[in-house]
Amino acid sequence: MKIEHRHAERHVLNVTVDNEPGILAKITGLFTARGYNIDSLTVADISEDHHISRITVVTNGPPQVIDQIMAQLDRLVPVHKVVDLTEEGPHVERELALIKVRGRGDDRVEALRLADVFRARPVDTTTESFIFELTGPPDKIDSFVALMREIGLVEVGRTGIVGMMRGSQPA
Amino acid sequence: MSDERSGAAILVESLVRQGVEFVFGYPGGAVLPIYDELFTDQRIRHILVRHEAGAAHAAEGYARSTGKPGVVLVTSGPGATNAITGIADAYLDSIPLVVITGQVATNLIGTDAFQEADTIGLTRHCSKHNYLVKDPADLASTIEEAFEIATTGRPGPVVIDIPKNVQVATADMPAGASSRRRRYAPQTVGAPEEILHAVELIAGAERPVLYTGGGIINSGPRASDLLRQLQQRTGAPVTSTLMGLGAFPADHPDWLGMLGMHGTLEANMAMNQCDVMVCIGARFDDRVTGRLEAFSPGSKKIHIDIDRASINKVVPVDLGIVGDCASVLEQLLEIWGERRTGDIGEWKARIAGWRARDCLAYPERKDEIMPQKAVQRLFDLTRERDPIITTEVGQHQMWAAQYFGFMGPNKWLTSGGLGTMGYGLPAAIGAQLGNPDSLVIDIAGEASIQMNIQELGTAVQFRLPVKVFILNNEYMGMVRQWQELTYESRYSNSYSDSLPDFVKLAEAYGWKGVRISSHSELDEGIAAMLDHDGPVIVDCHVSKDANCFPMIPSGAAHTDMLLYGDMVAGTMEDEAKALV
Repeated sequence: MKIEHRHAERHVLNVTVDNEPGILAKITGLFTARGYNIDSLTVADISEDHHISRITVVTNGPPQVIDQIMAQLDRLVPVHKVVDLTEEGPHVERELALIKVRGRGDDRVEALRLADVFRARPVDTTTESFIFELTGPPDKIDSFVALMREIGLVEVGRTGIVGMMRGSQPA
Repeated sequence: MSDERSGAAILVESLVRQGVEFVFGYPGGAVLPIYDELFTDQRIRHILVRHEAGAAHAAEGYARSTGKPGVVLVTSGPGATNAITGIADAYLDSIPLVVITGQVATNLIGTDAFQEADTIGLTRHCSKHNYLVKDPADLASTIEEAFEIATTGRPGPVVIDIPKNVQVATADMPAGASSRRRRYAPQTVGAPEEILHAVELIAGAERPVLYTGGGIINSGPRASDLLRQLQQRTGAPVTSTLMGLGAFPADHPDWLGMLGMHGTLEANMAMNQCDVMVCIGARFDDRVTGRLEAFSPGSKKIHIDIDRASINKVVPVDLGIVGDCASVLEQLLEIWGERRTGDIGEWKARIAGWRARDCLAYPERKDEIMPQKAVQRLFDLTRERDPIITTEVGQHQMWAAQYFGFMGPNKWLTSGGLGTMGYGLPAAIGAQLGNPDSLVIDIAGEASIQMNIQELGTAVQFRLPVKVFILNNEYMGMVRQWQELTYESRYSNSYSDSLPDFVKLAEAYGWKGVRISSHSELDEGIAAMLDHDGPVIVDCHVSKDANCFPMIPSGAAHTDMLLYGDMVAGTMEDEAKALV
């Protein structure tokens, strides 16, 4: 007997929720319990009165599964709204990364030169290392990390993705 | 003027405001302030069960037979964990429950305190919603909101975890309604263009079928009336899931019987060959669909469900309508008007052909009572009294579903989704409390009944004349049947050794015990059960090797149905075994 794996596509979902204890566990638990994937997850309080949080989930699955994920999220009592940015149209995705690189001499010059190309900002410097701060779409961060690996990558910290629809209207 | 009370008093007052008559529960350290309040207040009747699982199932039985939410009160830690099976059961069958659990004091939460369990974490995925109340000022609004969430939309269990110090601390009792939830608003009415589309599809059908489920029962008796009207106007044959039995009368000529794994040949063949399937308040459970690729390949499918997540979850449909069954049926009937269906004469003839196979026939035996026969006689001898039937889980449950005719909603209480052995006795207790004048019978197996047998004591304490009718074949019959089908009759642990003497057990608890072991005792034993106005256990010894037919083996299509005498041991393929 073989276990089947299904073809999947990537979707970015914005989930607006009541900011109550346990809500993140409820959302992530739903993904685990129903066998959905989480590629990236960010969450922060977004309202003035701290009552509402936005959770951005990057997930993957066939269209039917994505539709189920949306419906299953939507039926949770503390969930206000679920928007699939990937389906809704043009949107912006951003991620923040901190990247620590070690190097001396020419390597330092090269690291700074590449950082400049990527608009990464050094936020900490020692005689033999940098920490760069870089914001951008995830693949840009991937490319920068790959280049830094050649020079002397020490460690990477990434926030996961936040996303928003383009244009003047809320999603 | 302020009306300051303890959290426990606010809780009880809030329950009274919700119209709660009964609380099913079991006391313990973390709920003592609430128990003290129940003792002094006296407006709510507390039903002391013998195990917290019994409390949850009894509340389910009360809810499903009365249409009102069931309320459970248990202590922290083991009290809460014991109740979880019942909570999960109510979740899968969409039964409205409000479950109040005690919790250790807020300053002890997270310290592995005595009888501490993370009830919120444990019940997160088997409840519709849950709360940890940290301030008595939030209690009244939380209770109010919990009842609303439990009973509206797709009903389900809601858990409220209340730390002991919150029960003792005081706050103002609000004078009236105080709901704070801003968003929860399930969609109840179907979109008009979808209703119109559905009517066109049904009217154009040559081979329609109505596939109905527990959603119709949950929607209230009006939905059952409307279903009968829709059937009358369309002429379509009706089948139902295990959960939906009773929404359509079993003696109607267009009733096909139950569908699915142990459904009738005519129901499953009609599902397979229909051209328009109208699924109302059911969810294409795997016990209904069989092998998905072969499920009703040629039909247009309409799905009416209050839960959007149920639509396209398992089977992609042509038209999904989100809404309450009663509202949507009413909308359909309104547009239907005087419209007629296409000619469905040929379809009816085809169905008559399947029906002629008499798929529920079974061979009688001279020296043994066939379990099917026992259920049929039970039905014949009690139908005048319109009984409420509960069941445990297993072969007896399927025989009850097949051979007992249900004429109206809220008369059939069974654990469908979770398949919980031990459900029937406490559910019967809850049903009897909610329906004191009804005849309530738990059709049980000798294995299942032992899972919550301690509730015999509850029935005695509260003078509930429930009847337990055990089909005793000394096996976990459904397990044995599967072992015959898939494991070449290797009966691994399916034989019940050391069974109790159920008659003596009944007497030990103060019940009446009746034993039936031959044909001549069958009617007499049932009559003795009915004549006694207290609780009765009937230990009915039936054929030990009888199996449930018809049967669609897991992983097979509706067209691959086994009828009586078809079963061949060890014929199931590996892939199908995994689906068991």
